[in-house]
Amino acid sequence: MSTKTDKIDRLAELTAQQESSSGASLWREALKRLRASKMALVGAWIIAVFLLLAIIGPWVAPYAPGQQWRGEVFVNRAEFVGARAENWFGLDHLGRDIFSRMLVGARQTLLLGVVSTLIGLSVGALIGSFSGACATLGGRVGQRIDSVVMRCIDIMLALPSLLLAVSVAAVLGQSMTTVMIAIGVVQIPVFARLLRGAMLVQGGSDYVLAAHSLGIRKRRIVLTQIMPNSLSPVIVQATLSLATAIIEAAALSFLGLGNPDSAKNPEWGVMLTQAQNYADSAPMMAVYPALAIIITALGFTLLGEAMREALDPKLRG
Amino acid sequence: MPLLSVDELSITFTGRGRRDVRAVDGVSFDVDQGQVVGLVGESGCGKSVTSLALMGLLPKKGVKLGGRAEYDGKDLLTLSSNAMRDMRGKHLAMIFQDPLSSLNPVIPVGLQVTEILERHRGMKGAAARKEAADLLDRVGIPDPTRRLKEYPHQLSGGMRQRALIAMAVACAPRMLIADEPTTALDVTIQAQILELLKELVDQQGTALLMITHDLGVVAGLCDQVNVLYAGKAVESAGRRELFAQPTHPYAHGLLGSIPRLDAPRGEPLRPIRGSINDRIDWADGCAFAPRCDHYTLECLSGTPQLTEPVGAGHGVRCVNPVLTGVEVKTLGVPAEQAVDAAAATAPAEPAEPKIPAQAGPEADGKAETDEGDAAPEAEPEAEKKKDAS
Amino acid sequence: MLRFVVRRLLQLIPTLLGLSVLLFIWLNRLPGGPASAILGEKATEAEVARINRALGLDQPVYVQYGRFIKRLIEGDLGTSTQTGQPVMDEFLLRFPATVELSLMAIVLAVAVGVPLGYFAAKRRGGWLDVAAVSSSLIGICIPVFFLAFMLRTVFSVNLGWFPSYGRLTTGINATEVTGLAVLDGLLTGEFDATWDALSHLILPAIALASIPVAVIVRMTRASVLEVLGEDYVRTAESKGLRKGVVRTRHVLRNALLPVITSVGLLTGSLLSGAVLTESVFTFGGIGSFIRTAIDGRDYPVLVGFIMFIAMAYVLINLLVDLAYSLIDPRVRVH
Repeated sequence: MSTKTDKIDRLAELTAQQESSSGASLWREALKRLRASKMALVGAWIIAVFLLLAIIGPWVAPYAPGQQWRGEVFVNRAEFVGARAENWFGLDHLGRDIFSRMLVGARQTLLLGVVSTLIGLSVGALIGSFSGACATLGGRVGQRIDSVVMRCIDIMLALPSLLLAVSVAAVLGQSMTTVMIAIGVVQIPVFARLLRGAMLVQGGSDYVLAAHSLGIRKRRIVLTQIMPNSLSPVIVQATLSLATAIIEAAALSFLGLGNPDSAKNPEWGVMLTQAQNYADSAPMMAVYPALAIIITALGFTLLGEAMREALDPKLRG
Repeated sequence: MPLLSVDELSITFTGRGRRDVRAVDGVSFDVDQGQVVGLVGESGCGKSVTSLALMGLLPKKGVKLGGRAEYDGKDLLTLSSNAMRDMRGKHLAMIFQDPLSSLNPVIPVGLQVTEILERHRGMKGAAARKEAADLLDRVGIPDPTRRLKEYPHQLSGGMRQRALIAMAVACAPRMLIADEPTTALDVTIQAQILELLKELVDQQGTALLMITHDLGVVAGLCDQVNVLYAGKAVESAGRRELFAQPTHPYAHGLLGSIPRLDAPRGEPLRPIRGSINDRIDWADGCAFAPRCDHYTLECLSGTPQLTEPVGAGHGVRCVNPVLTGVEVKTLGVPAEQAVDAAAATAPAEPAEPKIPAQAGPEADGKAETDEGDAAPEAEPEAEKKKDAS
Repeated sequence: MLRFVVRRLLQLIPTLLGLSVLLFIWLNRLPGGPASAILGEKATEAEVARINRALGLDQPVYVQYGRFIKRLIEGDLGTSTQTGQPVMDEFLLRFPATVELSLMAIVLAVAVGVPLGYFAAKRRGGWLDVAAVSSSLIGICIPVFFLAFMLRTVFSVNLGWFPSYGRLTTGINATEVTGLAVLDGLLTGEFDATWDALSHLILPAIALASIPVAVIVRMTRASVLEVLGEDYVRTAESKGLRKGVVRTRHVLRNALLPVITSVGLLTGSLLSGAVLTESVFTFGGIGSFIRTAIDGRDYPVLVGFIMFIAMAYVLINLLVDLAYSLIDPRVRVH
C-alpha cells in the first residue's frame, strides 16, 4: 500500500514539473504577452506621460498661454527669442511662451483625440454591428441590407480623409467641435468595416455552428458569442485611431481648418502650422510641437500594434 | 553498410525566454537500400522533426542538433547549407503530409515539376516538359500534358499527392522520406498512394523512411519499425516481431487501441489514457509512466535503457515490459495473422470507430498483396538490425 | 475578363449616384446655400437672388437634383470661383502633375518597401528587422506636411541640393507630349528637362511616399513571414531549389498578393497626401489647387474633386483586381 502511494506521489511530483500549458484564457494569455512586449512598454510610458501632462499641464504651465512678451518680440522680426532660463522653449511669433503653450496644448490634443475616436467608434460600431448582424442572421433580406450599407461605407472609405473632414467643416463652420466631428466621421467607415468583418469571421466559425446546433437562438448567439469575440480588433483599432486623430488634426489645421481659438486654447497642430511660416528664422518653433505630435502618436501606435500582436498569436515574434 | 545511419540524433529547440524543449532525444536507426523503415508515434513524439532534421529543413536559429546522421559517408547534420541544397531533391527527397498546402497555389503543376529537373538534371524547355509529363504518367496521373498546365487547386487530393511524389522521385533519389503521406487523403486514395510508393521502392530500390501514426500503413509497408515516444525510441523491431509481440507498454497499447473487425462483439477498445502532454522528463524516468498501466516505482528512477528482452534485434526501452504479447496472440491467433489483422484496421483513432468499417475491406485487400511482395525480403533485413544503443 | 470589367464598371454607377446625392445634400446644406458657395460669402442679397433664379433654386428639389446630375454626366463640373474657369479644364490642366507625383511616390514606395519588408521578415528579430519595423512605425506618425516641410527646409532651402518649388525651372524648354514632365523629356530627347523635372519631383515624392512605404514594409513583412511558414515553401526547399528561385517563385510571388491589394487601397491616402505635399512644394498639380480651393471655399472645385477621386479610386482598385487575378489563378475572372 505504501509503495503504491509513494508511486503516485512521485509521479504527481514529476508530472507537475512539466510546463502546464492549458487553463489560461485567451485574454489572460494576451495580457501576459502584452506585458512581455517592449513595444507595449514604451508605448504605455509615452501615453502615461502624455496623460499626466494633459491633466496637470494647464496648472503647472509657468505662464498663461496667451501672455505676450511685447517688449521683446515683434511679429515678423527676423529672430525670435530662443530657449532661455525663463522660457525653456523660447517665444513664438507673438512673443508667447512656447513651453507653456505646449503644456496647455496637451489637454486640447488629448481631448481632440479621445472625442473624435469616440465619435468614430460609437457610430462606426453601431453601423458595423448592425450590418454584421444583418449579414449573419438576416437571411436574404439581411444580406441585401448589409451589402447596401457596406457599399455606402466603401464610398466613405474611398474619399481621402482630409476631404471628408473639409466637407464636414464646410457645413458646420470652423471650431474645435468641427475638427472633432470631422475626424470622427473619417474614422466611422474604418470601425464599421472592422467590426462587421470580425463578426462575419466569427459567424462562420465552428463554435457558432455548434451553438446553432444546440438550438440557441440566433439573436442570442450574436449577442453572447459573436459580439464579444469580435471586439478585440475594435479595441486595437481604437488605440491606433487615437494616433491617427492627432495627426489628422495637425493636417486639418495645416489646411486652415484647425481650432480658430488658438490664442487661449493652443493645440499642437495649430502651433505647428503657425510655426511653419517662420521656419527660416525660428526652426525650433516648429520642431517642438512636431516632436510632441510624433511622439504621442507613436505612443498610441506602439501600444496598439503591441495589442494587435498580443491578441493574434500568429503574428507573435 | 546502411545507406542512412542515424546515430543518437537529438534535436533541441531553444527559444528565447522559454525553456529548452528536447523534441528528439537520442534516436538511432539504420535504413538500407530498398528497405522501408517506419517511424511510428503520436503527434508530438518527434517523428516529423526527425525527418526535417535529416533533410536539413529545420531553421538554423533556435535549434540544436546532436548525434550523427550518416548518408553515404557524409554527416547530414554538419553539411553546409549549400551542400545540403545540392543533396535535397537529388539524393534525398521528401513527400509531405498535406498535398494541397504543400504545392504552390499560384504556379502551374508543370513548373513545379520541371524546376527540379532544371536544378538537378540540367534539363530545359521542351525536354524538361516531356520528362515531367513522363513522370506524371509514371505516378498514375492521367492526361499528364494537360495536367502540367493546371494549378494545384484544379487537381483532386489524390492527384496532388501523386504530383508531389512525381517531384520527389524526379531525380531518382536513393532515399525517400515520406511524412504521413496518406493522412490527409480519403481512405480509398490512401491505399492507392501506398501502393504507388511500394511500386516505386520496389522498382528503383529506393530506401524509404516512412513516418506515420497509422499502424495499418506500418503493417502494409514497413520492414523495420521504430516506435517513438516523447522523442525517444521505445521499441524497435522488425514488422513481424513488433506485431507478434509488442513488448513496450506503449506499443502494446497502440496495438490494443485499434478497433478490430474480428474482435468479439461487445469487446471494449483499450485506449491509452491521457495524452502525450502527460509526461515526465526522460531524465527522471520513463516519459510514458503517467499513462502506463504497468509502471512501477522503478520506472521513475532514471532513463530506462534499450534492452532486448524478447529476442535479438527487438529493442525495448522499458524496465517492466509486457512479455505476454498482444491480446490477439493470447486469443490464439498466430503471429502471421496478427499482422494482417493490424493491417485490416483503420488509422489508430479510437475516437472514430466508424472509419474501420469502411476501411476494412479496402485495406485488407491491399495488405494481402503486400504480404506476398514484401515479407520475404523483409525478414533477413530485420534480423540484421542491431541494437541501437 | 471583359465581362468582369464591364460588370465592375456598371457597379460604379450606383456608387457615383449615391455619392452625387450626398454631394447634392451637402451643397444645399452649406451655410448660405449654393449661391454664396458660388459667389463667396460677401455676396449681396440681390446677387444671391439672381443666382438662385439662374440656378433654378426656386424649383422643387428633385428638379434641382436632376439638373445637377445632368450637368455631372455632361462633364460640366461648374466654374471655379477662384479662377473663373470651368472646373473640368482646371483639372485636366493639373492632372498630369499629380499623376506623375503619385506614380513616382508609389514606385518609390514599392521599390523601397518590398525589399525592406522581405529582408526584415527573412531575418526576423535582426537589426534590419528592428530598424524596418520601428522606422515604419515612426513613419506613419510623422504628419506628411511636416515631413515635406522638413525635407524642403533641409535639402532645398539650406543645402540647396534640390529646387524648392514648382515642376520645372523657368527657362528650361520642355515640349509637352504626355504631360508627365519626366517622361516627356525622355520621349523628346530633352534630357536636361528630364533631369530638371526629376530633381523637382524627388523631394515631394519622398514625402508623399512616406506613408505608403510604411504600409508596404509592414504588409510585406507580415505576408512574407506567413508565406515562409507555408508548406509549399518547405516543399520548394526540399527540392533543393536555388535560393533565388525559392525567393522569387515561391515566396515573393505569393507574399506580394496582399501587398498588391493594399497598394490599391492606398489611393485615397495618397491623394490626401498629395494635397498636403503639393501645397508645401507649390507643385502645380490638383493637390495645390485643392489646397487653395479649401482656403477660398471654392465648392464647385471641391465637389468635382470628390467625384473625380471616387472614380479614380474605383478604377484603380479595378486595375488592382485585374492584376491580382493575373497572378493568382484561384481568383481567375471570367
